[in-house]
Amino acid sequence: MSFWNFLEIYWPRLLSGTIVTIEVFLLASGLAIAIAIAAGLMRLSTNPAVRWTSLIYIEALRGTSLIVQLYWIYFVLPLFGLTLDKFNAGFIAVGMNLGAYGAELVRGAIQAVPKGQWEAAYALSMSPAKRMWRIIFPQAFVIMLPPWGNLLIELLKYSALVSLIGVTDLMFQTKQINSSTFLSVQAFGAALIIYYVLARLLLTPGLRWVETKMQRQLQRN
Amino acid sequence: MNFEWRWDFTWQILPRLLEATLTTMAAAAIGYSVALLGGLIFALGQRTPSRVITFIVREIVEFIRSTPLVLQIFFIYFVGPQFGIRMSPWHAGMLALGVHYSAYLSEVYRGGLDAVPKGQWEAALALNLSTTSTYTRIILPQALPPALAGMGNYLVGILKDTPLLSVIGVAELMHTANSIGAANYRYLEPYTIVGLIFLLISLPLAGLTRLFEMWVRRKLGMK
Amino acid sequence: MEETAGYPLVLDGPDVPMVRFVNVTKCYGSLTVLDNLNLDISEGEMVSVIGPSGSGKTTVLRMLMTLETINGGVIYVDGKPLTHMERRGELVPADARYLRMMRAKIGMCFQHFNLFPHMTALQNCMEGPVHVLGLSKVAARERAEQLLSMVGMIEKKDQHPARLSGGQQQRVAIARALAMRPKVLLFDEVTSALDPEVIGEVTNVIRKLVAEHNLTMLMVTHQMGFARDISDRVCFFFGGKIEEQGRPQALFGNPQRDRTRLFLSAIKEAG
Repeated sequence: MSFWNFLEIYWPRLLSGTIVTIEVFLLASGLAIAIAIAAGLMRLSTNPAVRWTSLIYIEALRGTSLIVQLYWIYFVLPLFGLTLDKFNAGFIAVGMNLGAYGAELVRGAIQAVPKGQWEAAYALSMSPAKRMWRIIFPQAFVIMLPPWGNLLIELLKYSALVSLIGVTDLMFQTKQINSSTFLSVQAFGAALIIYYVLARLLLTPGLRWVETKMQRQLQRN
Repeated sequence: MNFEWRWDFTWQILPRLLEATLTTMAAAAIGYSVALLGGLIFALGQRTPSRVITFIVREIVEFIRSTPLVLQIFFIYFVGPQFGIRMSPWHAGMLALGVHYSAYLSEVYRGGLDAVPKGQWEAALALNLSTTSTYTRIILPQALPPALAGMGNYLVGILKDTPLLSVIGVAELMHTANSIGAANYRYLEPYTIVGLIFLLISLPLAGLTRLFEMWVRRKLGMK
Repeated sequence: MEETAGYPLVLDGPDVPMVRFVNVTKCYGSLTVLDNLNLDISEGEMVSVIGPSGSGKTTVLRMLMTLETINGGVIYVDGKPLTHMERRGELVPADARYLRMMRAKIGMCFQHFNLFPHMTALQNCMEGPVHVLGLSKVAARERAEQLLSMVGMIEKKDQHPARLSGGQQQRVAIARALAMRPKVLLFDEVTSALDPEVIGEVTNVIRKLVAEHNLTMLMVTHQMGFARDISDRVCFFFGGKIEEQGRPQALFGNPQRDRTRLFLSAIKEAG
């Protein structure tokens, strides 16, 4: 069966799978960003308890496989009383794992803001919160955007793993089509192309747009 | 609530899991070895005088880096036979891991190669060194130290990606844990132990790669 | 590349120059950097090349070292074409193997030294002899040590470049180039990156070379006094052409062309 015939027949399933993939991606990204900011800031705290908590979180999540964490959250957490459905377990696992990597990016970026900025804000008697919010973080934000771009692409790629616990994303649909038709080249080929389009033609330019917009914002302020 | 940790079950399944750990480590080692070489090929392929080849290699690398590894594993495993190439899950898995990480390592190599100052190439040419000598004696020794940090990260990364091979039936840790869990209707111990095993391997491995990096710097920097 | 019909396949007869540029042109896109250059350098001659930036002087050196390709004309070294080779009675662009063979006659010292940082001074000087000339390690070491002594760096032979000052590194670079026994030695602004107080170290080595060896040398420099002292001939480049050339006393003392005069007085003002 030619590739075009294949698409003609199966595009609804590929589309619905892609939509689910995008949903997982957006939710996981949001969670990852939130966790990264929280854990990144905690990592820099002067309070040792706070610092160590985030350190343990980051090292534990970075030191083990996402797929292990995913299975653990879906299959083992119910034993502790916390049952999550597939979709939630999926995006939460991905978000938590990549949030740990993101925390290191946040920490690195904050530390990369020139010392002079901290001192200037201090000299203006800004409160620590205001200092972070108005002076440090905006600059750290611009610094961390390029590596975050790479991280979000990793997140998109790893989101495919949620198919392994039955979330009906693009990966899941493709596997199903392959199992029933054995049109492996067409099915997996289509999936590869869609992921590629999402990553290189949508995500990367989108992030570059955000980066230029933030650069301009920063210069205006 | 089956919160209770059953130690008897733990000891029972531990030998099997430890054996699977060896498979996991072998998979990571072989995949990484393939990637070490493949990455060099991809990196040098982007430095050819031919613009066509450079472009093609670049696009291939970008494609591999932008798509999920698990999908590439399926692709290689299922598509191979359709073109007459029969591969065992193990071989398909090694190939997929190797090619995927070749793309990552090629970026690390390129960064290292680009970091070598242009003057070094010119000095080597002025001394009439052959291309091979230039690369092996002058350029690569300078390209390596900055690349080592990235290479170390990907070694740890490839180890943590080996569970993906379970989807095509390779009997590594994840797959084994799944089997045990399904057979005994107990997932708490298998998954938790697997998590701990990964932690116990990857953290020291990360430390070792850092030590190795410092050793190489010392050996090349002041050789 | 343009047609090379009509160019001799080999230079022979008496007084064959060591280096000959014949109608050499170099363009970067639409920018012509060297325009129909004709230049002869005799064996053992020391020629200084001066001129404003963008005049093409560094390009002359780089083309001779085959770091750049040429767009027109032919360069001859030691009687044979460098940029071209003979094939069936005609000159065709040289292939890589021929270039490597001819390149062995030329050596170069760079503005930024370009010593190999992961090797000691001694190893830098042994690298070429061992891996290109095929000398034994023992013979290469002997040659390297002799040359390092000549440039006054024998005591630092086991140091890495990072431990050496700019002047010391440049002297090692000169020894390294000499270890290859080139027929032509090129100096590309070798003192421009040095602190003033160490420039003398390097110029003294070059003086010694001029006095004691019959090496053909081509030097791009901004050190007018030094050029005047040791050169057999000075070429003033402007806009990709030789504006004026002659013996140093003549060119520096009594420049004929306006542009030369302007350039020399500007240099004098800059001090």
